[in-house]
Amino acid sequence: MALCRASGNQWTEIEYGVLFYGYTVLSYWAVMGMVKVKVKGEAALEDDGYAVRAEGLVKRYGAKRALDGFGLAVRKGTVHGLLGPNGAGKTTAVRILSTLVRLDEGRATVAGLDVARRPRDVRARIGLTGQYAAVDEVLTGRQNLETFGRLFHLGGKRARRRAGELLERFDLVDAADKGVGDYSGGMRRRLDLAASMILAPAVLFLDEPTTGLDPRSRGEVWESVRALVADGTTVLLTTQYLEEADKLASRITVIDQGRDIADDTPDGLKSTVGGDRIEVVVAERSDLPRAVKVVARVADGEPEADEAASRVHAQVTDRVAALTEVARTLRDEGVVVEDIGLRRPSLDDVFLRLTGHRTAPSAGAGTTGDPGKEAAA
Amino acid sequence: MSSLDLTERPAHGRAYWALADCWNIVRRGLTHYQRQPVNIAWQLGFPILSVLLYGYVFGSAMKVPGGGDYKDFLMPGMFVMTMTFGFINTATVVVYDSTKGVIDRFRSMPMASSAVVAGRGVTDLITACAELAIMMLTAVAMGWRPDGGAGFLAAFALLLWLRFALIWIGVWLGLLVPNPEAAGGLFAVAFPLTMISSIYVAPQLMPDWLGVVAAWNPISSTAAATRELFGTPVGSGDSWVEQHALLMAGVWPLVLTAVFLPLAVRRFQRLSR
Repeated sequence: MALCRASGNQWTEIEYGVLFYGYTVLSYWAVMGMVKVKVKGEAALEDDGYAVRAEGLVKRYGAKRALDGFGLAVRKGTVHGLLGPNGAGKTTAVRILSTLVRLDEGRATVAGLDVARRPRDVRARIGLTGQYAAVDEVLTGRQNLETFGRLFHLGGKRARRRAGELLERFDLVDAADKGVGDYSGGMRRRLDLAASMILAPAVLFLDEPTTGLDPRSRGEVWESVRALVADGTTVLLTTQYLEEADKLASRITVIDQGRDIADDTPDGLKSTVGGDRIEVVVAERSDLPRAVKVVARVADGEPEADEAASRVHAQVTDRVAALTEVARTLRDEGVVVEDIGLRRPSLDDVFLRLTGHRTAPSAGAGTTGDPGKEAAA
Repeated sequence: MSSLDLTERPAHGRAYWALADCWNIVRRGLTHYQRQPVNIAWQLGFPILSVLLYGYVFGSAMKVPGGGDYKDFLMPGMFVMTMTFGFINTATVVVYDSTKGVIDRFRSMPMASSAVVAGRGVTDLITACAELAIMMLTAVAMGWRPDGGAGFLAAFALLLWLRFALIWIGVWLGLLVPNPEAAGGLFAVAFPLTMISSIYVAPQLMPDWLGVVAAWNPISSTAAATRELFGTPVGSGDSWVEQHALLMAGVWPLVLTAVFLPLAVRRFQRLSR
């Protein structure tokens, strides 16, 4: 109202008051805006030693809950395994953390940034290798990396140089100018990894990176992953192969039915199922009851007998003493032994104990009430 | 681990990157043709073959209402047919990218997500220009003589306008069907839809009820309008839609775009559900 007043007239106190009030509000708003921006900037730099943090994640698909209160904390510079059977929610978790899918409830940060609020900033700091090699099969390996590099906004020149670096690093120089359609499974996966590494991201998500690969290709991928971590990348690896989690991960979260049910080092997890087990296979099935009796003498609990396999096994504390004792007694009693040995618990045992079902898709018939009972079967 | 500074990114606005990303997706599409010359031959060969086959095999037996040359009737129809079948190409590429995880990779990158769809559209329009050009040259070699000038350009634009509208049907279907094989099945749906139109045969020559359906087929309007613009009009039916072919050749693609562009975008956004 002050502005429309023609010159020459005196301003009243009220007009000065309004002007002053407006100015105050405006500057308050501007200062608060700046503070807010600063706070936002600081949140990105907040360093608590974790590259990935998730709390109470819920993702619903219709009536089904793919994630049901899932939580995770991944330390910087480590490989963290996310282990679970098919349909446990591994892929959903990775898709939420890599901003591909919106979460329904909970909170997740990646590289210190909230995935729901700042997905674009998160995307500049992550790499993702999904279950199938997401590369263009028509283009050559080099063309793939250059295309993705330009889409990462590196510009033509840097995209070309970065492609060259990555081809060398992932041992793809010889095949660089061949169509990806002619690549082996392992080469394709390595190219996929290279594409995920274009921006040298802080966090790399590997969703079942070796599913469907032959053992040799699997070894190649493992080598690449190890090299990445040596350079400081944090890796979240989902897998249903216990061997893979055991070999690569320094810490493992076990997921089942959308929930994290355990989080520990591989050794820590193994110790939860108890110590070593002794295992005896007898040549004659009729000798099995006698073998069970002998094993029972050294066992920590009731031995478990497998009639069909002529096998008995039990948990023991003093492994060497137990082995010698059982071997000697069986020989004295004239029981012919086909095989005898000590077995360390595998992550498979851990999984079975925790969830009541095995990790392998074929055996994952669903949860049963009594895990111990199934373990005995 | 890299000799390059990967953190420094040129400071440009959102709009700049949306365009740059779109161009890079287009570039990828065009590199596909460079890598697979056979595909170009197939994609351009089919229209040429159609022109030759329909022109010479059916040409002698076909009647045109009003007694014009069938070639003049057929050629614009062939152009429309090629534009129409184009949506199958769009759908095939999109379904391939989405099932192979390439779209997921794009979506996990800090690029403009609109570029994924827009880049596909621009690539398809460039391809459509090449297809039209080569078909027209073939047609001219066979004795087709269109009027030049503004009418010609307008006809070309109307054909691309139809193709533009069909891009969105292609993207939508590409995100809808489960696998590339299913996308191949779209041909079986598209073929009858192109037959029941005015692109090969005038609707007046069909049974009454079928003629009505054919006349109201959106692609019939484009065919009739381009015949007019190429200077080779034929006596058309007297239904309202046939009398207003030029208008409807503009309206139909607009309607298709209005329906399928939002559907395609929504389908794309639903990927993050």
